[in-house]
Amino acid sequence: MMSRFTFFVSEAFRALRRSAAPSIAAIVTIVVTTLLLGVLVPVLKASEDKTQDVRDQIGLNVYLYDDASKAEIAALEKDLAAIEHVTAVDFISKEEAKVLLRQKVEGELKESLDELRTNPLPASFAIDIDSPESLSPVSSAISSVGPSGEPKPISPIIEEVQDARQDASKITRVTGAVTIVLVVLAILLLLASLMLVGNTIRLSIYARRREVEVMRLVGATNWFIRWPFIIEGVIVGLAGAVIAVAILFLGKVTIVDPLSNNFKLVDSFSTMGFLPLVIILIASAMLVSALGSGITLRRFLRV
Amino acid sequence: MALTRSRSTQRRSRDHSEAASRYEKRTGAPAPKPPIVALRDATIVYPGGHVALERVSLEVERGEFAFVVGPTGCGKSTLIKMLIREVEPSAGEVMIAGHDINELPLAKVPMLRRRIGTVFQDFKLLPNRTVYDNVAYALQVIGESRAEIRRKTPEIIRLVGLQSKIHNYPDQLSGGEQQRVSIARAFVNHPPLLLADEPTGNLDPHTSIGIMQLLYRINRTGTTVLVVTHDSEMVDKMRRRVIALDQGRLVRDEAGGGYHDESTREFAARLEAEMEIDDDPQSILDF
Repeated sequence: MMSRFTFFVSEAFRALRRSAAPSIAAIVTIVVTTLLLGVLVPVLKASEDKTQDVRDQIGLNVYLYDDASKAEIAALEKDLAAIEHVTAVDFISKEEAKVLLRQKVEGELKESLDELRTNPLPASFAIDIDSPESLSPVSSAISSVGPSGEPKPISPIIEEVQDARQDASKITRVTGAVTIVLVVLAILLLLASLMLVGNTIRLSIYARRREVEVMRLVGATNWFIRWPFIIEGVIVGLAGAVIAVAILFLGKVTIVDPLSNNFKLVDSFSTMGFLPLVIILIASAMLVSALGSGITLRRFLRV
Repeated sequence: MALTRSRSTQRRSRDHSEAASRYEKRTGAPAPKPPIVALRDATIVYPGGHVALERVSLEVERGEFAFVVGPTGCGKSTLIKMLIREVEPSAGEVMIAGHDINELPLAKVPMLRRRIGTVFQDFKLLPNRTVYDNVAYALQVIGESRAEIRRKTPEIIRLVGLQSKIHNYPDQLSGGEQQRVSIARAFVNHPPLLLADEPTGNLDPHTSIGIMQLLYRINRTGTTVLVVTHDSEMVDKMRRRVIALDQGRLVRDEAGGGYHDESTREFAARLEAEMEIDDDPQSILDF
């Protein structure tokens, strides 16, 4: 059994050496495909996580007029907390709003914020709800729409009700578009890889038609004839995947890792462990090339 | 060409039971086994309507040495292809050792081919492998163990007389030597049936005799040998059974006269004498 396996592998390597150019073309395509997958898979995972984040953060902001009295505010807080689906009500005063904004902005913007003599930010309530689906009932409970289209809030001190729905849908739309583009690219590249591996195997079958003929004459079984070609395809896939993983690893160490120290956003890209990613990539590259050789064998090696 | 051959062979004696009687003389018992090859009304029609073989019926007994002759396109090569199930008959039966090979499931066809050695005019050697590796290849692909390969390969190469060229590549060999390698590869499994499709088609007369001598030697080990050829002179001198095909039909089947117990050396000497070939190899153009 072992000697058979070494026979198959040595036959496969013999064939690869002889048709170096198409083999390299196939390997390069596998490298590109695997690289794209290596970026795509974490991006997909990160964007899904991000969407989940946004969904978790979903809530409403109720902005108040500056002239609201403390008693009115306290009364409104009670009313808001009493609305169904509302899980938390958090009062943010004008001063707190300024502090929060200062935390978010940096550099020149921060200085100009300091230069402001008055505080233009309104006081507000941050309302948490139990699920994104409760957003519109809660919103309309706070501020129903009057017969002539003007909002009729439950309290006169409410200036405006804002929900994070638009933000969320915007994010999902953008990540959705990016995902579709990447997935389409990945599918095209997968097809190209399939065909190029298939083509390599086809050339290999052509180059070795004499061997195949002799094998059939002396009574080799069909699978004995096929195995070297399949192994050849898998070697192409494995070589491509290993090169791609090496490039990805380099990219991770030199670009993503230093960036993730500075930016929270980039950090979410490495939500996925590198090892499971590598396993997925190598497995899919080998699967694609085995499939490529398998289809070609069925079409061009009638034994 | 077919006409001259037919006239020259008709003069010879024809004894159809000759093979069976030889079998009985050798074993002391009536032939119990079915013939190694038996065709019954075998017909092959290629796509497009060309009839390659038309209702061919014949039997070849175990241990026979027979020739199949006929002009180009008469169906000789198709006959060989049919026997190893490269092509299937549109009608009729092809029996090998009593089994209808077209009833074999596809997966068993390799097993059939392991029991039949095949030799071709163009040798079909692998150019990037040595003599040893070419012969060993036949054993490797049927999954023979390494020890067996190491034992059988040099043995068979010695039998065909190429022990001094065992590590040469095919392009370093003469045509006759290449054909010896291909015979070694066909015979290394000791198949009961050896088919040769124009084995001397590319060789000069002297070398051809050497190849025929080798096939004769293999035949004397009990292997049935079926040689397809258009070398009418060779066939005439060999005095063996001749099966003639023309346009897909069996037009003649006659046993050759006598000489069946001659040694391979006598056989070669007689052939060379009859074909008036000088035995000095220097005088022969043999690369």
